[in-house]
Amino acid sequence: MAYSKKVVDKFEKTLNEPAKFNVGRFNPKDTDVGTGMVGAPACGDVMKLQIKCKLEGNQHVISDVKFKTYGCGSAIASSSELVDMLIGKTLEEAKEIKNKDIADALELPPIKIHCSVLAEDSIKQAIEDFEQKQ
Amino acid sequence: MAKKLNLPIYMDYASTTPVDPRVAEKMLAFMTLDGDFGNPASRSHKYGWQAEKAVEEARSHVANLVNCDPREIVWTSGATEADNLAIKGVANFYASRGKHIITSKIEHKAVLDPCRQLERDGYEITYLDPNENGCITLDSIKAAVRPDTILISVMHINNELGTVNDIKSIGSFAREKGIFFHVDAAQSTGKVNIDLTNLEVDLMSFSAHKTYGPKGIGALYVSRKPRVRIEAQIHGGGHERGMRSGTLATHQIVGMGEAFRIAKTEMKSDLKKIKGFHSKFLDGIKDIEEIYINGGLNDKVNNILNVSFAYVEGESLIMALKDIAVSSGSACTSASLEPSYVLRALGREDELAHSSIRFSFGRFTTEDDINHTLSILSNAVERLRELSPLWEMHLDGIDMSKVEWNTH
Repeated sequence: MAYSKKVVDKFEKTLNEPAKFNVGRFNPKDTDVGTGMVGAPACGDVMKLQIKCKLEGNQHVISDVKFKTYGCGSAIASSSELVDMLIGKTLEEAKEIKNKDIADALELPPIKIHCSVLAEDSIKQAIEDFEQKQ
Repeated sequence: MAKKLNLPIYMDYASTTPVDPRVAEKMLAFMTLDGDFGNPASRSHKYGWQAEKAVEEARSHVANLVNCDPREIVWTSGATEADNLAIKGVANFYASRGKHIITSKIEHKAVLDPCRQLERDGYEITYLDPNENGCITLDSIKAAVRPDTILISVMHINNELGTVNDIKSIGSFAREKGIFFHVDAAQSTGKVNIDLTNLEVDLMSFSAHKTYGPKGIGALYVSRKPRVRIEAQIHGGGHERGMRSGTLATHQIVGMGEAFRIAKTEMKSDLKKIKGFHSKFLDGIKDIEEIYINGGLNDKVNNILNVSFAYVEGESLIMALKDIAVSSGSACTSASLEPSYVLRALGREDELAHSSIRFSFGRFTTEDDINHTLSILSNAVERLRELSPLWEMHLDGIDMSKVEWNTH
């Protein structure tokens, strides 16, 4: 299937320089870390997103993000795109990110919209996990 | 000095093959004013006679490759039409004898979809599972036969796995029971020897474009002794002894004939070369951890190699291997978003179906192609595994079958 240039670029950059593109993991037990894992191997995609937060004033701000994604090229590109959107945002701002923002940024075709939905779910779950620890 | 590689390297010969230049050249002589462009059905002038002669010569080449009588070859638009004609043709003609058909879950859609259509028309179809090696066993067929079974349709070589079914023994059994036997042999020509005089097969489908011929042409073998009758599916002029109407596509037919003639003379050398590539490829991937060969190595042809790279999704691997043209059983590469039904039928978990890549080699594959593919493959798998949360869990020793996934 022909991909948008943006998906291919994002996918290739992430694959070639994983560290620079926030591939990796934090210790999920750390209290300043929130972990979200969505999808299933049988469905062909699993995204694991981890946020590290620090308190600025009375708000938690996402200071760093790590992720790993098993899935097609657009699933990997969607995760990577989401990471770019998250760093520096407050949790309240991060909750506002919608799948459409990711889909639009990558020009995902309709058949790949579920990749961006999964990415949105992963951040929701990561925030939930973080908030439960506080 | 090594020749410059043609990128991306074509490793998808089971999907289609390039037309052999000798075939293309021959076809050109049957289209333009200075060539034999006539309608083979025109009986009143030389243009028609010349075209008819070319068509009959091509028919002999096809018959010669599979050792049958040229009068048993019916031209169709491809193997899909041949499968439709065979299955619906027998079902319609012999409906009064019974309405039960046996086929398998690993057939090509060109067999499965006509069967589904017949189900809607009141026929009953039994879809057999393959064994763990990807083959349809005679025992499973024996167990499925009923008094009203009229047709068994089993493919010769599976297009995804390359596994070969024992059509000789299935044929003997079918003949003994008085059940017609159809074989989809789209993947077989030029890859294995087919001798129809020694096979109890009533109908066999062929495709030109899997054997270095053009797309849009195929044939159905329709046995004369014993005779099998089929009801035509396309009407309009009574061509091909009434079994398939429509003006014969002379240039396509000539192309298929030439392709099959070449297949007969070059099969031995093609196979020898491909056998070498297959061993080299297997050897080159053996050090990659957690890979699974789909289809029994002892039960398959050497031109198809289907491998699952666990914890890596197939489509992403295809993207990472952008210099290699291959196909995958992953859902993401299919229009239906379902993983390969063939791998599922084989009993592979969906995870492994998503992770599968089919490499298929052919006449124009070179040693350099294989070397280059191997040189980038393990690196691509390794990098994608670095990105994979499943690989991480595997390394951590987590049993993924016990994880509660958020399925969507």
